[in-house]
Amino acid sequence: MNTDTHAAHADDHHHGDGHAHGTFSTYLLGFVLSVVLTAIPFWLVMSGALPSKQITALVIMAFAVVQIVVHMIYFLHMTTKSENGWSMMALIFTIVMVVIALSGSLWVMNHLNSNMMPIHQMSGMK
Amino acid sequence: MTIAVNPSQTGEPVFYLADEHPHPEGYSTSLGFWIYLMSDCLIFAMLFAAFGVLGANYAAGPAPKDLFDLDLVAVNTSMLLLSSITYGFAMLTMQQNKIAQTQMWLAITGLFGAAFIGIELTEFAHMIHEGATPQRSAFLSAFFTLVGTHGLHVSCGLIWLVTLMVQVWKFGLIEANRRRLMCLSMFWHFLDVVWIGVFTFIYLLGVLR
Repeated sequence: MNTDTHAAHADDHHHGDGHAHGTFSTYLLGFVLSVVLTAIPFWLVMSGALPSKQITALVIMAFAVVQIVVHMIYFLHMTTKSENGWSMMALIFTIVMVVIALSGSLWVMNHLNSNMMPIHQMSGMK
Repeated sequence: MTIAVNPSQTGEPVFYLADEHPHPEGYSTSLGFWIYLMSDCLIFAMLFAAFGVLGANYAAGPAPKDLFDLDLVAVNTSMLLLSSITYGFAMLTMQQNKIAQTQMWLAITGLFGAAFIGIELTEFAHMIHEGATPQRSAFLSAFFTLVGTHGLHVSCGLIWLVTLMVQVWKFGLIEANRRRLMCLSMFWHFLDVVWIGVFTFIYLLGVLR
């Protein structure tokens, strides 16, 4: 096992591109996982199997996050080692930006909506 | 990153490199392309944010439930997913230097991608025919911008795919073509990742609302 990882490491350095390649089985595994992770949310929404819409929404969002991670690992071959860790750095930076921008926009605009008073209520207030 | 310290002729250390040591062509392409994809990711994040803010403003027009046909979206999603795995097979056969098989898998990927675009355009045409144009409501503007931008990316990917097939046909699987095929592979799988967000947040959550 130990020699195995050493050999793989040496091989990586030999190629020098630091880019991991998939094999037939990892691609197939990624594909099967993606099909399952896609089919379940579609089924949940189309059949209405879960009692509340809120739970369904949370569950399908969780499935999306898991499927994105599966795609990253099995199709995009992301590892902490690729490009000496710089791809992972760029990815983490992007995720931070996306989270700030998305949650910030939704939060601020939602606040704005709830603080805007509809006109018919305004005329009632004297 | 290692900083080489070259002793000068006088024996004193020099803390800079007069010239960067040479790198083979395309040495940093995959990292550079990855950073491009990350910036593209930010574009999509902003479009998702716009949809998140405006997605419920129907202006008394049609709502997602009236417009979206989940069966069609499921078919479309499987087209893109199948094109992802066939592109993976193209990469595997490329590593084994099998030109004919690589070309075959690339062609199959292209067909799935074209099917995806075809279905999406049919959906758009159907919506516009029913009066659900981008001008109808803020929800529809945000929808067409986001899904349209994704579709435009896939269309560009298709043009790129055909270009690379011609390149491989003319020059074979040379080092430059392998590098290009690897970049397109990242681009193609990245678009599939974005589509996961689209079908979850736009279509499934839209119908659920």
